[in-house]
Amino acid sequence: MIAQNLKPAEILLVEDNPDDVDITLRAFHKLRVAYTLHVVRDGQEALDFLFCEGEYSGRAGLPRPDLVLLDLNLPKVDGPEVLAKIRASDGLSTMPVIVLTVSERQEDIQGSYKLGANTYITKPVDFAKFMHAVEVLGEYWIAIAKLPSRAA
Amino acid sequence: MRGLTAIKLLLVEDNPDDVEIAVRALRKSRLINDIRVVRDGEEALSLLFPDGTQDLDPFRPDLILLDLNLPKVSGFDVLDRIKTSDELSSTPVIVLTVSERQEDIARAYQLGANTYITKPVDFDRFTHAIDTLWEYWMVIAKLPLQAA
Repeated sequence: MIAQNLKPAEILLVEDNPDDVDITLRAFHKLRVAYTLHVVRDGQEALDFLFCEGEYSGRAGLPRPDLVLLDLNLPKVDGPEVLAKIRASDGLSTMPVIVLTVSERQEDIQGSYKLGANTYITKPVDFAKFMHAVEVLGEYWIAIAKLPSRAA
Repeated sequence: MRGLTAIKLLLVEDNPDDVEIAVRALRKSRLINDIRVVRDGEEALSLLFPDGTQDLDPFRPDLILLDLNLPKVSGFDVLDRIKTSDELSSTPVIVLTVSERQEDIARAYQLGANTYITKPVDFDRFTHAIDTLWEYWMVIAKLPLQAA
């Protein structure tokens, strides 16, 4: 497996459930590709982070994340709305967004793809399967895929 | 995993060697029951959006692998048509092409490509890329169900 480039991939995890954050961090920790992971806990915080507002106004001028992992069930602003706002923004519209959520309902799946999610993944309940999913996700997006440039 | 439903895949690729490598890698899986290959953009559009003069049902793939350098109608135009259509806009489209230029990458994502992959020149890496792609989309991801 060849890393795409020498800079770590910057990943934003949008997840309110602390156990799921923990599991995701643990799974990512095992990846052999280089990355840095930011965590935000609700949809408003995600928007503030991505649009450099509120507590994240200091991020103005910094490159956007390479990839966003987005739960659908979020407090304050829900996942679909975050996704819609990302896709409507000039600076963020090409940023890959992977929905990573509990639901396996077709309406959520279809709805997310229609809103422009790059992929929809139902979080495996089993930790070993979850780890495997993160491994494949990491390999796919960081080693195999070409990401759009992050210029702010 | 989709369970027992057959997966339909469309490969839009004009280079016969690349078709062979991709199909061979994909055929390792028993899940993909229907792989269609078309060699130019016009053929792709006819298959996906038949114009009614032919007595054809549209092909509704679950996943599309799309080269950008195609004869007749470019991959970008095919991508745009797919992603702005009512019928296929949620279908994952993976661009699999030679170029690694940022302008092509950005443009593809802007048009709604779900992923952009530069075809590895090396045979083993190409096969590995297809293997990873398969695992990601068939095992890890949930695909939107296509209307029959």
